[in-house]
Amino acid sequence: MQPILEIDQLEAGVQGKQILKGISLKIYPGEMHAIMGPNGSGKSTLASILAGRDGYEIIRGRVLYQGRNLLELSPEDRAREGVFLAFQYPVEIPGVNSAYFLKAALNEVRKYRGMPELDAIEFLALVKEKIKLLDLDEELLKRPVNVGFSGGEKKRNEVLQMAVLEPRLAVLDETDSGLDIDALKIVANGVNCLRKPDNAQLVITHYQRLLDHIVPDKVHVLVDGRIVMSAGKELALELESKGYDWIVREAKRVN
Amino acid sequence: MSANVPNIDQLVRSEYKYGFVSEIDTDSLPPGINEEVIREISARKGEPQFLLEWRLKAYRHWTTLKEPHWAKAVYPPIDYQAISYYAAPRSKARYSSMDEVDPELLKTFEKLGIPLSERARLAGVAVDAVMDSVSVATTFQKELEQYGIIFCSFSEAVRNHPDLVEKYLGSVVPYTDNFFASLNSAVFSDGSFCYIPKGVRCPMELSTYFRINAAKTGQFERTLIVADEGSRVSYLEGCTAPIRDENQLHAAVVELVALEGAEIKYSTVQNWYPGDREGRGGIYNFVTKRGVCKGRRSKISWTQVETGSAITWKYPSCVLLGEESVGEFYSVAVTNNRQQADTGTKMIHIGRNTRSTIVSKGISAGEGQNSYRGLVVMKKSAANARNFSQCDSLLIGDRCGAHTFPWIQVMNPTATVEHEATTSKIGEDQIFYCNQRGISRQDAVNMIVNGFCKEVFRELPMEFAVEAQKLLSVTLEGSVG
Repeated sequence: MQPILEIDQLEAGVQGKQILKGISLKIYPGEMHAIMGPNGSGKSTLASILAGRDGYEIIRGRVLYQGRNLLELSPEDRAREGVFLAFQYPVEIPGVNSAYFLKAALNEVRKYRGMPELDAIEFLALVKEKIKLLDLDEELLKRPVNVGFSGGEKKRNEVLQMAVLEPRLAVLDETDSGLDIDALKIVANGVNCLRKPDNAQLVITHYQRLLDHIVPDKVHVLVDGRIVMSAGKELALELESKGYDWIVREAKRVN
Repeated sequence: MSANVPNIDQLVRSEYKYGFVSEIDTDSLPPGINEEVIREISARKGEPQFLLEWRLKAYRHWTTLKEPHWAKAVYPPIDYQAISYYAAPRSKARYSSMDEVDPELLKTFEKLGIPLSERARLAGVAVDAVMDSVSVATTFQKELEQYGIIFCSFSEAVRNHPDLVEKYLGSVVPYTDNFFASLNSAVFSDGSFCYIPKGVRCPMELSTYFRINAAKTGQFERTLIVADEGSRVSYLEGCTAPIRDENQLHAAVVELVALEGAEIKYSTVQNWYPGDREGRGGIYNFVTKRGVCKGRRSKISWTQVETGSAITWKYPSCVLLGEESVGEFYSVAVTNNRQQADTGTKMIHIGRNTRSTIVSKGISAGEGQNSYRGLVVMKKSAANARNFSQCDSLLIGDRCGAHTFPWIQVMNPTATVEHEATTSKIGEDQIFYCNQRGISRQDAVNMIVNGFCKEVFRELPMEFAVEAQKLLSVTLEGSVG
């Protein structure tokens, strides 16, 4: 079976500074992987590179998405191909109504795939269905994108967008940060509901607590730009009790 | 890795699509201005004595004035002797039917999408088209006559309704008003005139379309709209010009008079040639627009979408004389490349319980400089008058500028004045966020800009709101990659 995402010996940096020092990873359809690691280990850099954010240099290695070179696609084409990034810090767009924004996004994706665009009525029916999943107020759709949203609302809104756009590969960048326990459960529940046999998720997190609610197939530990350990979900628990220092020491000893 | 993704600068770049020159034989005066030129203009137009005298007074006054330079705009001195003050398509001065109009001229307006013939009927908009200094055609005159509405070129109004012209000309913007208004009063060649009689609601949009075609000429048109008691009219003007390397001066005057209970809505979609990317060429748009709410409960509403011109200097204003009269100003001004705009409004509250609203949206891209300049005056007599102003600026890229110069004078303690202002920037992070949802850079910028302007677009007549949106997206094309 072809992996949805295959990262092979990826080295990359920003402004001349190398951050990722050779990452390899394969995610197959139906799988959810988690990447954990201390601050500054390169987790968000990896997410940014997958989404195509400007300013990163690829030093070597490759990234295949459904067998295609992901890195040669523009950010919008990656999105249209089904790569979704739930932002760590969702961006506010004053003056642009949330529903309008999401409808435009969905129709871009549909157009790209040769599907008919949804009109306002069809779209609203769809979004009202999805919004229940995230326990969000419908009023939110009338407000400008992320403007005046609480931290929790912003993160839930990211997952709402994910639910509407139905990506093949979703990268969740610290979606759990800044959430209280109730919001965390809602977000986790949303993400779980979106798991399908034909899609994949890559969850980036600093803390294990999200993994109490979302159960990954694999956990990778990223330290200083390298994946130093990959194992099943029990690795997250070990990290929680022993802390990252333990694994950093382990990694050093191995090297 | 994204070397092929153009940046913000590139998105506001686009070509000016109205920059063609029409091959029309033009009858123009040699460059230069003096009393002889003014007499010649007046003679060519066969004007009555009062108008010639008014022009001469204006000219003599103008010679005592200095070109104003308080606006936040930089430009070399204008040589007023190098400008031709009269240019007219050479052919009949008046057309008895559309068939007599030079087909090249009709083609010009056709290219611009201005409905002068059959299409006008379909669009349901009455149009007065002004090419260089002369009104070319006015549509729907017969239909409007049934309502007693006069809608014609200024020259026609001088011929057929001299009493109305004499009564109102200069009553809102006197020939002594300012340097450019004085110049206009001396040399104006044509423009539009509109009179709505008592109690009549104008059944269609009235529109004037201005086109500068000839080289090295200035355009000095004058618009006068009088809305008699209880009447209503919605008026739209549009403007374009060919691409030329030299700067061309456009110094127009618009006067609006609203009598008791009358309502005038005046919308402008200004798209004069803005100059090229390096700031060569383009129109100097130095315009005086003012309306007076003379009667009780009258209302004047200005809506402008300013996308063109190398330099814009205009302050559509309301003098709120009548009790409970209302003044409104809704503006979107875009500057891209090297464009400079210094624009805003004046709301002069004189009557009791007068109200005014100012909503100004400035968008700066490239190296554009955009200034809001506003004056709100509450005279001693303006008991319980209220003003609300909102000035928002949006920056695209990091080499442009936004400036705000609000001026408030309150002489009545019962008056209320509110002013709100914001400045924001379209950031790379916003664009990337949109990209990541499948929305292209261009669409992202359009979406953000349209969202920013929607309070103003809402005020435009429906079909023009759509046009304004398109125009804005064309103006900003290439400003972000």
